[in-house]
Amino acid sequence: MRVLLFGIMKEIAAANTLDIAEPLPDVGQLRAWLLQQYPAMKNLRAVMVAVNRTYAPDGQPLAPGDEIAIIPPLSGG
Amino acid sequence: MEHWTRIDHSITVQEAVDFVQSPASGGIVTFTGTVRNQTQQRPVLKLFFECYEPMALLEMDKIVQAAKEKWPVQRMAILHVKGEKLPGEVVVVIAVAAAHRAAAFEACQFAIDTLKETVPIWKKEFFEDGEVWVAAHP
Repeated sequence: MRVLLFGIMKEIAAANTLDIAEPLPDVGQLRAWLLQQYPAMKNLRAVMVAVNRTYAPDGQPLAPGDEIAIIPPLSGG
Repeated sequence: MEHWTRIDHSITVQEAVDFVQSPASGGIVTFTGTVRNQTQQRPVLKLFFECYEPMALLEMDKIVQAAKEKWPVQRMAILHVKGEKLPGEVVVVIAVAAAHRAAAFEACQFAIDTLKETVPIWKKEFFEDGEVWVAAHP
């Protein structure tokens, strides 16, 4: 599964995208996996996940081909 | 309702106003966000804006739809920059046209407040002695 990173998440993971081999069936498990890999994420104010360009709750299943993005705290405007 | 959402390296207030202007409107309200030259007394040299562009445009469209359901607005433009910006430069413009001013004022405030909460855009501030992603940490 390919995951897009933005802003401070790129620096925390030292990458623009992640290719995750581990099967992660839903958003919550992806979030838990990321926190385990990148403990610095715990210091962020809030991290959201977008699936197919829409904010997704932890219970949302992930399917092959989904466009998945990690959304760190926003600061537009 | 006609609307225009755009993310680009350079935007202007005038192009947003030109888009929303029509003979049916009695008022146009604009909000312009610019780069401030200091944060908590530390001089800011520049900002860098990163966007998740396709999703940001979708979220900007959702703001327009929500505003249309709440207020009788006629035309609306939401423009945001990406890339590097220097103090004083324009980074976001919202323009709302309505038959009467109250709807335009309220919809414009709603649009900028919601943009800050929902549109996936991030800014990094550059200081003389470092750089920081704004609002990333509590």
